[in-house]
Amino acid sequence: MIRLENVTKLYKTSTRPALENVSVDVGKGEFVFVIGPSGSGKSTFLRLLLREEVPTKGKLYVSNYDVAKLPRRRVPRLRQTIGCVFQDFRLLTNKTVFENVAFALEVIGKPAHTIRKVVPEVLELVGLDGKADRMPRELSGGEQQRVAIARAFVNRPLMLLADEPTGNLDPDTSQDIMLLLERINRTGTTVLMATHDQSIVDSMRRRVVELDFGRVIRDDARGVYGYDH
Amino acid sequence: MRASFVFSEVSTGLRRNVTMTVAMILTTAISLVMFGIGLMVVKAVDLTKDNYLDELEVAVFLTDEISKKDVSCTQQPCASLKQDLELNPAVDTVVYRDQDEAYEVFKKAFKNEPTMLELASPEAIPASLQVRLKSPEQSAAIVKGFAERQGVSLIHDGGETVDRLVDSLRVLRNVTFVGSLVLLLAALLLIANMIQISAYTRRTEVGIMRLVGATRWYTQLPFLLEAMVAGAIGAVLAITGLLSMQVLLPSGFANQLENVVRFPGTFYTAFVISPILLLTAMLISSLVGYVTLRLYVRH
Repeated sequence: MIRLENVTKLYKTSTRPALENVSVDVGKGEFVFVIGPSGSGKSTFLRLLLREEVPTKGKLYVSNYDVAKLPRRRVPRLRQTIGCVFQDFRLLTNKTVFENVAFALEVIGKPAHTIRKVVPEVLELVGLDGKADRMPRELSGGEQQRVAIARAFVNRPLMLLADEPTGNLDPDTSQDIMLLLERINRTGTTVLMATHDQSIVDSMRRRVVELDFGRVIRDDARGVYGYDH
Repeated sequence: MRASFVFSEVSTGLRRNVTMTVAMILTTAISLVMFGIGLMVVKAVDLTKDNYLDELEVAVFLTDEISKKDVSCTQQPCASLKQDLELNPAVDTVVYRDQDEAYEVFKKAFKNEPTMLELASPEAIPASLQVRLKSPEQSAAIVKGFAERQGVSLIHDGGETVDRLVDSLRVLRNVTFVGSLVLLLAALLLIANMIQISAYTRRTEVGIMRLVGATRWYTQLPFLLEAMVAGAIGAVLAITGLLSMQVLLPSGFANQLENVVRFPGTFYTAFVISPILLLTAMLISSLVGYVTLRLYVRH
């Protein structure tokens, strides 16, 4: 599903590479935590998968796309196979829950009848049935993140990238979100989650890829956040 | 492509920056009005030229001596002047106009100005040979060939008057074109600004669109259409303005002008100038929009 072969990413403005000689292989349906302190390269890692950035060196494959060589006009196709969730939810404040989720389908040209059918389905999946007509500001943080997850998942992507999805949420709500991500993972969707949250990583016992100064320093099949506690 | 989606995006975009949109529409409209007037003057130059050249005459005025003594132009040097003019290949017809006839023409031309009529008498106006040319451009050659001939006091070249008139029309045309160009530049900058603001206020939307894999068309078409719609509204305003100017202009003023300059009618404005203005507005606004998006909005 994801394969990085000796990927190095050097930003023009920096002398130290953001990622250096990183090789990671993620199979279909895996659940992977990407951990590491700020500036360790987590964000760059995710940006490369989305082709927001191009590797300086090395090879990068995401669901059969040779990302480094992908021509610009085909980038949207790649992104349609990836769902994204962020710490700050990034919902459109002037649209309802339904419209926020529908937006992701509208802008890739899905017909209205499909949208009317699949949006309620995905809202039910994330536990927001009955809240389709609410505005984002009327929802709790956890609910807003569920909307964001619904939007990321509504097009049934092969893979879900989550960048600190629980960063703004309290521990209980975070657990709920993790359960939701697990449920999505069980549908066969690969989930890749960048996080700082030790307790979540420790409790899930999933694969952990740890980055530090742009290098992979650990890749455990069933890991915890760190050794020192 | 879902049209309803794009249209709702365009209309919210236009309403969001309403002051900027209005400024841009008005600047575009005024710029196009000036451009339209310029185009009308271009046409007016042609019409006026055709009109005058059709009845263009070169008047060869004769000396007092001939005017008084040779009333029928049968003696020398009048007869040979007339004959030479008639033999000139550029000349169509030559008519002798004696003092009495000349006075009649004069009376007709100044029938509204009694003081002029009082001052003039048949004896004061010289007899002339009225020369009609096959091709008006050759009037200068006639003037050159006959100015020094014996018996000629003065040659009046009607072509010169037309040339002067056309020259002043050309100045008017250039002024309107330069003016419209300057305003057009202002309109361009406003369009570019409008799109940048629009892109900034919609950065979250555009960000999400890119992430979920919307194509370039989907992310950028609303901006382009926004600029084009605003441009088109400006053009429609300009066209309405031009047409109402033509229709509402005091008829007396129009008639007075009509004696001197021939302006194109509303038909020409509606079916020749209007499409040009509309196309110019759409083309320019979409072009500026495209370039702005290329330069300022990352995809």
